[in-house]
Amino acid sequence: MSKTELLAVDGISKQYPGVLANDAVSFAIAEGEVHALLGENGAGKSTLVKMIYGLVKPDAGQMRFRGAAYAPKEPREARASGVAMVFQHFSLFEALNVAENVALGMENPPKPRELAHRIRTVSEDYGLPLDPARLVGDLSAGERQRVEIIRCLLQDPKLLIMDEPTSVLTPQEVDILFKTLRQLAAEGTAILYISHKLEEIRALCDGATILRRGKVVASCTPREKTARELAELMVGETLTPPARRQKPPGAVALDVSGLSVASPNPFGTALQNVHLTVQQGEILGIAGVAGNGQDELLLALSGEIRTDAEAIRIAGQGVGDLGPNARRRAGLVAAPEERLGHAAAPDMSLTENALLSGAVRKNLVRRGLIDWTAARRFAEAVVKDFDVRTPGVGTAARALSGGNLQKFVIGRELSQAPSVIVVNQPTWGVDAAAAAAIRQALIDRAAAGAAVVVISQDLDELLEIADRFCALNAGRLSAPRPTQGLTVEEIGLMMGGSHGMEVAHAHA
Amino acid sequence: MLTLEKRPNPSRFWTIVTPLLAVALTMIAGGLLFAILGKNPVEAIRTIFWDPLFNEQFAAYSRPQLLVKAGPLVLIAVGLSLGFRANIWNIGAEGQYIMGAICGTAVALAFYPAEHWYIFPLMILAGALGGWGWAMIPAFLKNRFGTNEILVSLMLVYVAENVESWMAFGPMRNPQGMGFPGSRNLQQYPAAANPELIPGTGIHWGVVAAGLAVLLAYALLKRHIFGFHVRVAGQSPRAARFAGVEPKRLFTLCMGISGACAGLAGLFEVAGPSGQITDSFNVGYGFTAIIVAYLGRLHPIGILLAGLLLALTYIGGEIAQLQLNLPASAIQAFQGMLLFFLLGLDVLSNYRIKRKGAQK
Repeated sequence: MSKTELLAVDGISKQYPGVLANDAVSFAIAEGEVHALLGENGAGKSTLVKMIYGLVKPDAGQMRFRGAAYAPKEPREARASGVAMVFQHFSLFEALNVAENVALGMENPPKPRELAHRIRTVSEDYGLPLDPARLVGDLSAGERQRVEIIRCLLQDPKLLIMDEPTSVLTPQEVDILFKTLRQLAAEGTAILYISHKLEEIRALCDGATILRRGKVVASCTPREKTARELAELMVGETLTPPARRQKPPGAVALDVSGLSVASPNPFGTALQNVHLTVQQGEILGIAGVAGNGQDELLLALSGEIRTDAEAIRIAGQGVGDLGPNARRRAGLVAAPEERLGHAAAPDMSLTENALLSGAVRKNLVRRGLIDWTAARRFAEAVVKDFDVRTPGVGTAARALSGGNLQKFVIGRELSQAPSVIVVNQPTWGVDAAAAAAIRQALIDRAAAGAAVVVISQDLDELLEIADRFCALNAGRLSAPRPTQGLTVEEIGLMMGGSHGMEVAHAHA
Repeated sequence: MLTLEKRPNPSRFWTIVTPLLAVALTMIAGGLLFAILGKNPVEAIRTIFWDPLFNEQFAAYSRPQLLVKAGPLVLIAVGLSLGFRANIWNIGAEGQYIMGAICGTAVALAFYPAEHWYIFPLMILAGALGGWGWAMIPAFLKNRFGTNEILVSLMLVYVAENVESWMAFGPMRNPQGMGFPGSRNLQQYPAAANPELIPGTGIHWGVVAAGLAVLLAYALLKRHIFGFHVRVAGQSPRAARFAGVEPKRLFTLCMGISGACAGLAGLFEVAGPSGQITDSFNVGYGFTAIIVAYLGRLHPIGILLAGLLLALTYIGGEIAQLQLNLPASAIQAFQGMLLFFLLGLDVLSNYRIKRKGAQK
């Protein structure tokens, strides 16, 4: 590995209203180095890479790229210098094919036939097979990420920035991605790798810069640290894993049999013949790569999509044809993945949002009339019990940070003494301390006798809290297995293996 | 450079102050306009805003007109505002207004010349049902076939206008009307008449209904779960579904309520100020009410004030045309300015203006 400096960041600061997102951040990447940028949500990782990619202008500090002063005014300038970025959220058009999508991201796209040829060449060189003529809407999340990566590679970058690339991949797909990244590094391309998944960083990265609240708190070689040490550097406190008490499960609380529903979205995934049972006191973990039917499963369980009455039973009673409020009455609460706009109305206050799903079980409405005093008391109780940081319950939901709103949403559901709990991505975008609190709360509710279904893309989370484990793949649910003793390979196979993502014809 | 920054919560202060500011700015800009036209601006503004209510000579005539005009505007606008809040666009209130009037008149004419206490209540029921039924057409088509309610409800206005002419020339024509088109005059039929309740005020049952509608809508939005569902559905439809709102049911209800309000307004108008169904019975209240609803920020109290303000400028504008020989188009421009400033200044309640430092 060469030690020539590629990018040096020196004393970069960025102030946003109310937050110092980056405070005199300095670090350097050498050519061919895989460098990790590690930190919790809100630590300033995204702001930092956006400045490197020219999306945001720093308030102070300088950058040097390949020995010359570097201050990109816009992403185009950054790309011209040799910096490319793969975003966490893809910017692809589902109704266009792969080659068209790639062409849209280029300054001077070549002729379609030539471009298709180049896409094929690059994808085979790096072991990322991709058919340029396929419609993006038909691709898996892993394949879509490949489109983004290839779009970057066609520019022949010197520095490739990857923002949380593995959050949408199965373990097998992660392996393939890592092979590609190592190959790129061996050829001299530096990679700036943003993640909070510590094992990945230990496996892949040569160096790491750890950010906390906008400041660099440590630089290290990840291989020389344990995952726990890295986590504590990142969080700045000692972490205690959630405590579990083993308890024999009780009667079946939620029974889903032969559930098939079409997706309400044009590129969504239909559920096909899903079977599952959850007993009182049990947590069932449902893994799967995004877009394999998780949203549809939540909608079908919460009652936002209706089915045959007998497809879903709560404590033996068929509820498949009932709406959300009737199911709440039967004891089922749900927390959807999307906090703003689905689980909560952005412009409404926390009190109003407490009423949104709490009206039935908390008796907040009598003869059609809303008891605002009770609603406010309920909201205040949730804020207090779940440590939601907010000036008050009159604050609009959108004014809360993601983690705080998530705590509120989960807290609102868990505070309704439910017998069945369904949550989708309970800790997505939430900092480590809040995530631990949410997981502990789910475990506590299970211990108190609730049947809990946790849908999540975070495998570590599921392995930590679930008693049984299964995976959604293309709308089908695998047979559940006890979490204890599962290997990563087995989990990967349940999640649908590698989605045909073979390491094909890799030259390296 | 000035930039706009979205407020985390809408400013209560500016929500109250902007309408006053807008009226002041309209007076300044309108005064300039009238000055350019060679009129005394102070006199023109006074004629529009002051004289209709306080002029010694003719205020006795024009003052009652304020409530006569504001009544139907407010009643229709309150009904529409519920739907608008939930992103349900009933543009056809004018048609529902006509159908309400026709159905109510039909009941009256069916009983003519009998005198029973229950005739007027039956007419009210028929008026509400007429408007409701006319609004159910776009509601059914939308729920069943996914048609656009804006287009269907709007087109049904023109259908209703034709039904109105047919009624005026055909089935409802006054047999003692010497061949003139138009129904019997209900004001001359005591059991069906909607008279001025307190002389000299312009208050008739329609004005009472408008007041009740304001109070009911206020309570509904503040305290009732249906009002809450309307608000959630407008702000984020998916959160509404999560809250258990059935979109089709909500749509039907909102269309029905706005249709019934418009139908009632039509009934009170035909039994009161207008007196009869003619081929020019409708004068655009159903369309103006859309403006009133938005001017009042879809809030019942706001709608009440907006309805009064708009009625005032209409009456004042007519007086200004007569007394000062101001062209009708100048009055319309003046009314346009009022809308412009009101809606333009709205930005202040949701955004704050920030001066951006010399950031390069």
